[in-house]
Amino acid sequence: IFISIICYNSLNLAFCSGVKDGKFTVLQLVEALGLHHCLAGLHEHIYVKSDILSHVSLSLFSPVEVLIAFYENRLKDHYVITPPVLQGLGALTKCTVLPPGSAVSMLRSLFQDVHVQVRLEGLGADFVFGFVQSMDGERDPRNLLLAFQIAKNIVLRGYDLGKFAEELFEVTSCYFPIDFSPPPSDPHGITKEELIQMLRDVLTGTPRFAEFLLPLIIEKLDSDVPSSKLDSLQTLTAGVSQYEHKDLAEFLEGLWASLRREVFQTASEKIESAGLAALTALTSCLSRSVLSSDSEDSLSTFLDLVLKDCKHHLSEPDLKLVWPSAKLLQAACSASDRASHIITAAVMPSLIEQYNSRAQVHKGTIQMFVSFKIEESVFLAFRPSLCSMVFSALTETNASLQITANSVLTSLAQQRGEVPMKSFYIHSLQQSPILVRHLARFQILQIYSEWQFMSVSCTSLTLLCSEPMEHDNERAVSERRSHHAVRQRCLSALAAVSTQPSVVQESTPVLLEVLSSAHTGGVGFSVEEVVLACRSLQRIAVQVQDTEETGRCFHDIIIPRLLSLALQAALQVCLFRRVMFSQKQRGDSWSQSQMVCLLMGCVCSLPRSVEVPQIEELLSELEEMSCACSHPLSYTSAAKCFAGLVNKRPQGQFVSLHATVCFFFEEASAISLLCLQVAKALLLRYHPLFTTLTDKLFSLLDDADLGPMAADGFTLLMSDSADILNRGCHADVRIMYRQRFFSENSDKLVQGFNAAPQEKKPNYLKALSNIVNTLPKQVQVTELPKLLSLLLEALSCPDQGVQLSTLSCLQPVIMDPPPVLVQQLEALVSRLLALTSSPAMNVRITSLRCIHAVSRFPEHEVLPFRARVLRALARPLDDKKRLVRSEAVKARGQW
Amino acid sequence: MSGGTSLENANPVIFERSGERLLTATDEDEDVHDPIDDREIFDLIRSINDPEHPLSLEELNVVEQVRVKVNDAESTVGIEFTPTIPHCSMATLIGLSIKVKLLRSLPDRFKIDVHITPGSHASEEAVNKQLADKERVAAALENSSLLEVVNQCLTTRGI
Repeated sequence: IFISIICYNSLNLAFCSGVKDGKFTVLQLVEALGLHHCLAGLHEHIYVKSDILSHVSLSLFSPVEVLIAFYENRLKDHYVITPPVLQGLGALTKCTVLPPGSAVSMLRSLFQDVHVQVRLEGLGADFVFGFVQSMDGERDPRNLLLAFQIAKNIVLRGYDLGKFAEELFEVTSCYFPIDFSPPPSDPHGITKEELIQMLRDVLTGTPRFAEFLLPLIIEKLDSDVPSSKLDSLQTLTAGVSQYEHKDLAEFLEGLWASLRREVFQTASEKIESAGLAALTALTSCLSRSVLSSDSEDSLSTFLDLVLKDCKHHLSEPDLKLVWPSAKLLQAACSASDRASHIITAAVMPSLIEQYNSRAQVHKGTIQMFVSFKIEESVFLAFRPSLCSMVFSALTETNASLQITANSVLTSLAQQRGEVPMKSFYIHSLQQSPILVRHLARFQILQIYSEWQFMSVSCTSLTLLCSEPMEHDNERAVSERRSHHAVRQRCLSALAAVSTQPSVVQESTPVLLEVLSSAHTGGVGFSVEEVVLACRSLQRIAVQVQDTEETGRCFHDIIIPRLLSLALQAALQVCLFRRVMFSQKQRGDSWSQSQMVCLLMGCVCSLPRSVEVPQIEELLSELEEMSCACSHPLSYTSAAKCFAGLVNKRPQGQFVSLHATVCFFFEEASAISLLCLQVAKALLLRYHPLFTTLTDKLFSLLDDADLGPMAADGFTLLMSDSADILNRGCHADVRIMYRQRFFSENSDKLVQGFNAAPQEKKPNYLKALSNIVNTLPKQVQVTELPKLLSLLLEALSCPDQGVQLSTLSCLQPVIMDPPPVLVQQLEALVSRLLALTSSPAMNVRITSLRCIHAVSRFPEHEVLPFRARVLRALARPLDDKKRLVRSEAVKARGQW
Repeated sequence: MSGGTSLENANPVIFERSGERLLTATDEDEDVHDPIDDREIFDLIRSINDPEHPLSLEELNVVEQVRVKVNDAESTVGIEFTPTIPHCSMATLIGLSIKVKLLRSLPDRFKIDVHITPGSHASEEAVNKQLADKERVAAALENSSLLEVVNQCLTTRGI
């Protein structure tokens, strides 16, 4: 590189002279340099070139554009080459034939790509002046946009404007306000908004322009063109954000006069709001300024000005200037706490006085309060009167007034750290439940959740939630509805405030109380309220701090209560269904059966400790259904349900039932399922009333028509109940109730059998076999001796059902024969063999099994029967049913 | 049998037992007449015990359902049984057991024919002749020790 620099130095002069003499064209030079560019360092060759240019008469160059483009591109390169490039550009600017637009292009490149501030600042005011000169009179919007951008950079990057500040302002501000409408087919796409924004950035860029800009704005605001007013106001807003009070001081009066005029006499909302925004910006600029010891407080000066012009309008509410005044004050207020303090302190007393004295303007006045951002310290002074005013507005009948008051209160409540005010609230709330209701109506209570004294609000809410709805009938429907709405809000507010364990302990009982009173139906809680109460509990559970205390509260109080309530609710649902189905009793039996099945499932599965509500009605309903209904599933379910309830009734409540049951048995023409189910329910729990029923049942065995049914009934009585009357459904089932029943009644049965006329005996036999069948084997064996003759009798009974049940009862006994049976072997065998040709397949099968079992008797006992049995069994071997044949094969093989 | 110090076929191939006959709806229908079929006969004899092994004839593949032929209408039963080895001395006893079982379990009307699967035994003809001879069968059952052995074979296990 060093060598090449030496080369260049020698080349340098050669080039110079060459070009001067016209030996090379510049184009050749550029190309040659481009070659060197590749070979050696960039810095050197550009230096060479610039040097050449400075020595060459520029008039010689025809392709100036090429050179400009070259240099502009080089500017984008590494910063070390910037100085020679600038030198070259400087040489180019001296060119007399510089094409139009190239100066702008160069400058653009310079401003975009040259980042060495110091060097340009070095140019100082001269540069600014040069710029001012070059853009003066420019009309092309493209160039203007660029010029504005350059000016903005000059202003923002802290160039020394020197004595040319005013010139720069003048040369740019002469375009203000921009009035430009692009031609319809503008290829450059420059919009008015771009120009406005760019110019505004220039004009508002530095406080040094303030002294020129502010009079200009005041002047332009006098214009009749709305767009220029708007532009002026927005420019003002943008400008004052940069300024300090000393920049503004001398123009405040003029500005205020213009702003006031714009707001008071505005024709357009845009201008009005722009004006208000400007006022806010102005005020906040003044509030922000640091005052020196000797300067006056320009903020208070300005606000005095504002108040002087606006305040008196406030007290003249009939005049149309009241609202513009209020808006102006509000705009000033919103600028800063200090401004708010000054203004509210000045305005509030008169407003409060006004509210108290003039009823018809309540709303307006209150709304004015809303508009003021109330500063804390100011509020302190007016707190009582303001609150009482808002509260009284809340209780007014005027709805819009209430809404306004509500929003005031909301805005008040949302101010954090307002301890004195909050305590005032709480005080008011405790004093006046009506107020709480009103607050609840507007959902203000939700805000309480953010506060720390929730327990207090909780207390007031508690009052309200549990307040019964008295004189419901006298109230208008709408009023009732609103009361419901209030209560619902209270409930959700209660949930909202319950974030602390101590509050939860207070609030959850209220919610639970709502739930339980909704169950009892005494107080008019709507379904929505109950649902809401549940939701509120859920919400509390979700949001409450997870502490040991809350955990215990939930575990000990809430969950048990909820469970019991849920159970009650389930019952009520059932009862509700019951009512439905009783209404539909003439309806289709299918859905009816479903209902009653459901009811049975629900009611009868309850533990005995659960009290079934309205049980008397339920029982009579079921009773009626089981007797009157013709659909089997329906009346069966109804009877079972009835029995299930009877089984669980407390001991003392049987007076009415007794009468009922006796009535059934006396009057019923058939043995109703209900009777049997009830008898069973009573039997299971050893209820004394059961004896009455059994006696009745036994006596019915003698009845010509009802005898067989009564006998069948014993099966139901003795068998296990799969669905209702079992321990799984919490039924009252005493142990060994069957044995007890058997031992108490077997004698009755035998006596009855003996006393009965021949044609009634089968009923007894059937009843007996039904009973014995269900007995445990140990009991059967011990009881068999006295019943055996009866059972053998039953085998010869023509009733197949009796035969079958007796056989199945005898079979296990035969497997392990007691001596008494062996003595009766002849009777047994002959009866069994007779049954092998019974028409009923089951009887044949079971009798064959019994015969099979008899083969295991002691050999010496059975041997005498062998030939006879084998002969008799030859016939079932050819039975038409395979199942019978297979039993016969087994039995015969064994014999 | 008596001198059985060593087994003739000490390690027979064992076959899987077929399952219980599936109960169908018609089996439970009182009005339907169930004819005696091959399977029913096979069920009677498949559980007969082998005299030598604690295995059933079915497990040793001595009897197979395909070798059971019954005609309920004509009251005939034909059974072929296959001794495990061609020189099995138990073949006669097995045949006798099958025959006795069927005599006890089938109605009198049936003519029962039990014989060895052709080509499966050395003295096939002699055994078949013995089994077909009513009087020799009756005489054999008069022999109490033989009857005892047969009854042992016919005793249903596990019940």
